[in-house]
Amino acid sequence: MDPENQALIKRIVEEHGADGIVVMLGAGDAEAVEVAVETVGDGDPAWVGPLAGVQLGLPVLHIFEDEVKEQADRTVYEEQIGFFEMTLDVEEVKEAMRRARGET
Amino acid sequence: MDLHGKKVIALGERDSVPGEAIAEVARSAGAEVIEIRTECFV
Repeated sequence: MDPENQALIKRIVEEHGADGIVVMLGAGDAEAVEVAVETVGDGDPAWVGPLAGVQLGLPVLHIFEDEVKEQADRTVYEEQIGFFEMTLDVEEVKEAMRRARGET
Repeated sequence: MDLHGKKVIALGERDSVPGEAIAEVARSAGAEVIEIRTECFV
């Protein structure tokens, strides 16, 4: 996750607290997904960005996960995400999320 | 996780799902979107 986004998230949590905040990802690359989950949970694994050594413990969902899809308006989801479900590897992303959470 | 009332930070990517699309979906699920970003890897 780039340092700008790390700084943004750190500032939001400092200003508002972590309660009720959810990070929602759209990355199509499994490695990027896993790094993002780790960064906002346990801190920047590369130890270079503003979240190095900072454990925010924020929950992360990916836009492809059933947990999101089932709660979204079906029409909106199809309009906004349908194309990407056909062009990106949805299962790879879901698997990366499970790995990042230690579920597999 | 119930998304209703949650504060969502939407982190999209230019080469995959953009932040704005994530935000639209999150709002339709009853969440409040507090930040939208679309990362660009070039």
